[in-house]
Amino acid sequence: MTEVATPGLELQAERAESRRGFLLGLPAVVYLVVFFVIPLGIVIAYSFATRTRTGRTELRDWNLEAYERLGESVVRAVAFRSLWIAVASTLICLALAYPLAYFISTRKPATRNLLLVAVMIPFWSNFLIRTYAWRVLLDSDGLFTRVAAEVGFGDGRILFTNKAVILGLVYGYLPFMVLPLYAAIERIDWSLVEGARDLYASGWAAFRRVVWPLSKPGVIAGSILVFVPSFGAYVTPAILGGNKKGLVGSYIVDQFMDARNGPLGASLSVMVLAVMLIGTLVYFRQGGRNL
Amino acid sequence: MSKWMRLVALFGAFSLMAVAAGCGSDEETSSFKQCAEGETDGDLNFYNWSEYMDPDLITAFQDQHGVTVTEDFYPSNEEMHGKVGVGNSGYDLIVPSDYMVSILIADGLIQPVQEAAVPNKGNVAERFANPPYDPGAVYSAAYQWGTTGVGVDLGAAGGDVPKTWGLLFDADLAEQYGLSGKISLLDDPRETMGAALKYLGYSLNSTSKTELAEAEAVIADAVGRVAAFDSDQYSELVVLGETIVGHGYSGNFLWDFEEGESTYDYFVPDEGGTIWVDNMAVLADAPHPCTAFAFMNFLLDAQNGAQLTNYNWYASPNGAAEPHIDQEVLDNPIIYPTDMSKLEFIADTGDFEIEYTDALSRARS
Amino acid sequence: MAKGVARSTAEPMGWSKWLLRGHSALVYAFFYAPIAVLTFYSFNESQIVGRWTGFSMRWYGDFLENDNVQQSIWVSVKVCIASTLISVVLGTLAALSIERFRWWGQKAFDAVLYLPIIIPDVTMAVMLMVFFSETAEWFNVIPGVDLSEGLEKLVLSHVAFNISFVSVVVRARLTNLDATMEEAAADLYANRWQTFRRVTLPQIMPGVLGGALLAVTLSLDDVVVSSFVSAVGATPVSVYVFGMLRKGVSPLINAVSVVILAASMALVIASLVLERVTNSPKGPEEE
Repeated sequence: MTEVATPGLELQAERAESRRGFLLGLPAVVYLVVFFVIPLGIVIAYSFATRTRTGRTELRDWNLEAYERLGESVVRAVAFRSLWIAVASTLICLALAYPLAYFISTRKPATRNLLLVAVMIPFWSNFLIRTYAWRVLLDSDGLFTRVAAEVGFGDGRILFTNKAVILGLVYGYLPFMVLPLYAAIERIDWSLVEGARDLYASGWAAFRRVVWPLSKPGVIAGSILVFVPSFGAYVTPAILGGNKKGLVGSYIVDQFMDARNGPLGASLSVMVLAVMLIGTLVYFRQGGRNL
Repeated sequence: MSKWMRLVALFGAFSLMAVAAGCGSDEETSSFKQCAEGETDGDLNFYNWSEYMDPDLITAFQDQHGVTVTEDFYPSNEEMHGKVGVGNSGYDLIVPSDYMVSILIADGLIQPVQEAAVPNKGNVAERFANPPYDPGAVYSAAYQWGTTGVGVDLGAAGGDVPKTWGLLFDADLAEQYGLSGKISLLDDPRETMGAALKYLGYSLNSTSKTELAEAEAVIADAVGRVAAFDSDQYSELVVLGETIVGHGYSGNFLWDFEEGESTYDYFVPDEGGTIWVDNMAVLADAPHPCTAFAFMNFLLDAQNGAQLTNYNWYASPNGAAEPHIDQEVLDNPIIYPTDMSKLEFIADTGDFEIEYTDALSRARS
Repeated sequence: MAKGVARSTAEPMGWSKWLLRGHSALVYAFFYAPIAVLTFYSFNESQIVGRWTGFSMRWYGDFLENDNVQQSIWVSVKVCIASTLISVVLGTLAALSIERFRWWGQKAFDAVLYLPIIIPDVTMAVMLMVFFSETAEWFNVIPGVDLSEGLEKLVLSHVAFNISFVSVVVRARLTNLDATMEEAAADLYANRWQTFRRVTLPQIMPGVLGGALLAVTLSLDDVVVSSFVSAVGATPVSVYVFGMLRKGVSPLINAVSVVILAASMALVIASLVLERVTNSPKGPEEE
């Protein structure tokens, strides 16, 4: 930083700057406290509360029962299955979205917007209807099944398997990977790449050393946006996976709905939230260092 | 680390606030506004299952009473309960199923039916006038009813099949009729565990842990042969040929079998199965209870009750309506089963509900 | 500008160029395959989606006669527009506040800002539902506010998760953006608003637009949260469809989504044309 003669003045300027930053964020802070943090507090309170005989959650007789149940083997099995399905979906999304985002960024501006909107349009129909459309594509004489069989993937049937779940998740959340990747790649200063190519001579090396690191914030944002809903998903596994093997999302819904067991549903939610929060922080630290 | 502590402290503080808020809400007083027959007190907010009401009936009611009916829809009892259970929902009239009625009564969420305002309640058939979930039908009036059983594609199964839950659960039968990977079960702890309990010869309201454990083993064994746990599309799956047998509700099978090309059958297995009744009930905090009772009375009218059944092909609990119901509907054994003796209502089992959900979760974990 | 030079390195050359194009074409095909299927079956005579029995417009006729569906579409449109506008403004401000300034409590805010993204849908839904019912009376004290209106609850809930999504996308853009341009502008005695308006905003615009697109999508697509917080007379189309699915899929649902898709495409094309007209005098660009 530049030297300033009077340290007092500098401090004052810094304070003013800090105040401005705070004021800028204030509307969002207030909004999230009222409509997110307080409601979240209620759910946390629920996780220590008591289920009545009729399935109401009452805020009395505080206990840890709902947390004790998190140690059960069902919960572990469900959590690990959800984890690997979410990781697989995220990686596939990244592999599909990165080249696409790169391709879009290299078009001229008008074409870029058109291509970007073209990514989003299918998602303005309805999530459930799209997923059911996949069910039609994947059923015994569905188009996808027949093509897969022609290409030589056995009988090509994947409906009601984990493969179908992953396919559905990838389809459902791919735009959430494309958008942040595009936002990051689009603003890369291509003269840097030019310089790198002069240095390394190979396009691949230039990509690896310049483009990839610069696009990393997009990769991180996209991965989070895909991983999180994949981990908690319950509609896609139900429709395409036949709900045969439990996943975290459906397990939580079952607790809140079928068992009307608010405390367990809440403690599961708190657990998922804690895991996600820690994972995200670690991921960010990692990404932050490499930038 | 300190940041974390601060966050935790923050959440703790808000949790306490929430508790304070929770304790603040005072109890509902038990005196309800009294309504006369045909009296209305504003526009009706009707919360119903989707595709369950003939729009012409709503139009007729609106014309007759000069009020507007707003109809919203819910996909399951649990979702409806989630919304009206916390209060201030704004709805007047709801259509909960049997076991949900008993839960709503226990929690004081619905008010007694005012006989003075609903004289047509006398039209409800004997069989539904004193249901186990609402003794004396004090709080509810039956709307439509049906059964839960097995739908099967007889063409794909190669002829007649034995009428047993074993079609869904038994490995030998699956082998014999080529059902492996072609079975769907409801994704519903009470119905699915209930079917397994019936298969074993127990009550579907069993609260015995050993019986439930046996049923859990039955499901766990069957999971490998099941294509899907599905509460929405079971009948389409059969007609599309994705499955051969499906576990589901009578009306849906009937509707879709009309569209299929094979021969189909729906039956409640010989071991017995579920009978369910959806009921009209007025919420305790209904903003317009009189209009709600007027509408209830309107739907319990003989002509209107028949029109409803002719429209949605679910059986009518309205005894007086029977002469007005189409003969083909009355003669259809899927809509009106001949043997009612082995049918059981699902009853709320209180704390044991958790066991049902857990058993189904474990069976497929 | 040095644009021509830059482009030569941006797009890979030779076989990898065609590989990239082929891949992108395939991904678009992947995006649109289910859309093609659902459009196709919206013209199906049969009531069963997936079994073609003949061409028919009956489901579009049903759609035109069904007031409930039409009403639910308007609910969705209103909620979508309102929640997107609010969350884009709040989310962008939040992103700027975190990326461009340092203030006490910022880290905590940063963490809270991520929570709506990493919370399971159903938890968000339950907590908002309970919250609204507990606090309805408090909100109603504020003049002009009536939370028994389902529409307002839907907008408030959608904003609650959309703020975070918008800010994530904008921040991804901001982190890579070095502040030199803004500093240069400040050095040139531009005031803060001018700096923001002329320098920062144009630079982050792709991020803001991306965030807005995401917000629109999330709002239209949300089923879980909406179905818990929607109230009397305000059923968005996603929730309506959810209810219909439970009683069996009918191609009416396909017809509904084809209509929604067609309408949104028409809007997009209109806005692109409008943009062309307003920014018209531009030389023809290469390719």
